[in-house]
Amino acid sequence: MSKSHSTVMLRRNFKHIARNPITVFNAVLMPVVVMLMFVYMLGDAFSVGVDYVDYATPGVILLAVCYGLGAVATSVNADMTKGIINRFKVMDVSRGAVLTGHVVASVLTNAVAVAAVVGVAFALGFDPAAGPLDWLGVIGLVVLLAVSAGWFTVALGLAAKSPEAAGLASVPLVMLPFFSSAIVPAEKMGPGIRQFAEYQPFTPIIETMRGLLAGTPDTGDAITAVAWCVGIALVGYVWARSAFTKRA
Amino acid sequence: MTDAAIAVAGLRKSFGNKTVLDGIDLDVRAGTVFSLLGPNGAGKTTTVNVLTTLVKADGGTARVAGHDVAADAKAVRAAIGVTGQFAAVDELLTGRENLQLMVDLSPLPAKGGKRIVAGLLERFELAESADKPASTYSGGMRRKLDLAMTLVGDPQIIFLDEPTTGLDPRSRRTMWSIVRELVAGGVTVFLTTQYLEEADQLADRVAVLDQGRLVAQGTPDELKRQIPGTHVRLRFTAAAELDAAARLFPDASRDDEALTLNVPGDGGTSSLRALLDRLDEHSLSAEGLSVHTPDLDDVFLALTGRTTEAVK
Repeated sequence: MSKSHSTVMLRRNFKHIARNPITVFNAVLMPVVVMLMFVYMLGDAFSVGVDYVDYATPGVILLAVCYGLGAVATSVNADMTKGIINRFKVMDVSRGAVLTGHVVASVLTNAVAVAAVVGVAFALGFDPAAGPLDWLGVIGLVVLLAVSAGWFTVALGLAAKSPEAAGLASVPLVMLPFFSSAIVPAEKMGPGIRQFAEYQPFTPIIETMRGLLAGTPDTGDAITAVAWCVGIALVGYVWARSAFTKRA
Repeated sequence: MTDAAIAVAGLRKSFGNKTVLDGIDLDVRAGTVFSLLGPNGAGKTTTVNVLTTLVKADGGTARVAGHDVAADAKAVRAAIGVTGQFAAVDELLTGRENLQLMVDLSPLPAKGGKRIVAGLLERFELAESADKPASTYSGGMRRKLDLAMTLVGDPQIIFLDEPTTGLDPRSRRTMWSIVRELVAGGVTVFLTTQYLEEADQLADRVAVLDQGRLVAQGTPDELKRQIPGTHVRLRFTAAAELDAAARLFPDASRDDEALTLNVPGDGGTSSLRALLDRLDEHSLSAEGLSVHTPDLDDVFLALTGRTTEAVK
């Protein structure tokens, strides 16, 4: 065997990104628009105790990760429904190679979107107090989230009946950040939504990031955040592997 | 049989409480074309999926290239190539890149890869569009690329699941000649189809699948003997005319309700002229005439007493 299957699969996924820049553009554009809308247009209307751009940036970073997932679910599902995955299976390509290719591509698209959001944040006056170690923590958390959301989305894509259904299945993931402390603090929300926002996985992730960027990381939030990410990653990973094996 | 490329006995598969394969027995000799003929939902794709190790059967045994599909899937995979019902090409990659992907994933040495790719592009008349993305290809071109991808690594046994469904007649002919070339090169082909003509053109043996059961198996000629052949259908306006015409063609079959007469014949111009002359001589004229070639519907009607529509 000349090259490892994983390398071949990864290269295929990279080519997809390069050939389809519109997907990356789309994954970048929406979070940037949200950033501009909430911070530049509406920012003065929110009173959160700190500069609004400093408050909102961690939330929009998370939104940027989630927004790219729809395209991932759709492309995984297209591979499945068009029989490309069956072709790989008959060629004895390991499921690890096929699925990891998609996850890595997803993480890379996320990284581009997050970089764009942070860039825009700085242009809008983002002034984090984070030291180098804090930044490392932020990057680590973003990557961890991207990997876990990536595996979960790959599983969604494999399980869905059609590319359209796969896109739709990822909508809750895209919407969930809005019902967290991403845009406004949870305690300012109405009853019901407030409890939901407080206990859903994205809030501790955002609060951890917020703490890190403010230079005052909160260990409790961080543990909850990492636990959620690892949990989601595990569920996604196990689900994706079983869906890959079962479906033909 | 020692030279069986595919040997299947008592194969069963259900999804939930729906039985899809209900005890299938097949033998395909190496170097021949075997066609599984049946309407949508008969179980053709499931059969292919089981034989190509994609789906596990609930019961029965299947050996492909001498290996058990359940116990020795790896050995089976190394011997086969599969072209599924939908062209499984990567639309964002070019034709050349699609083929190169197959080379990179196969256990072939990297050295000869470029030559294999170029050879396949040439053979499938895709050289001109080789560097365009597959998304710009026509349906026929995608199918050809799909099949070319299957041939990377020279599999001994090739599975084609409805290789010409949705193709225009010209692309279909091209596909047929490719299949013939493959068999001439010693490859065994297992193909599924909904078209009687396709099975007739290509297959050494045909099996008819109906609701997960084989209802007939044999050479295309044996099969065709069981069904009405090509005939000319004459439609009359009155029962008296039908009676008169029926006396002229003793081997014809009549339908009194529809006032039609089915006269066996090949539909060629000289036999048609003879038939029309015959009617003329006796001052008979039909209101309408159509030439009917047997299709899957006729096979089904003859073998199961139902049309393919009723199967759904």
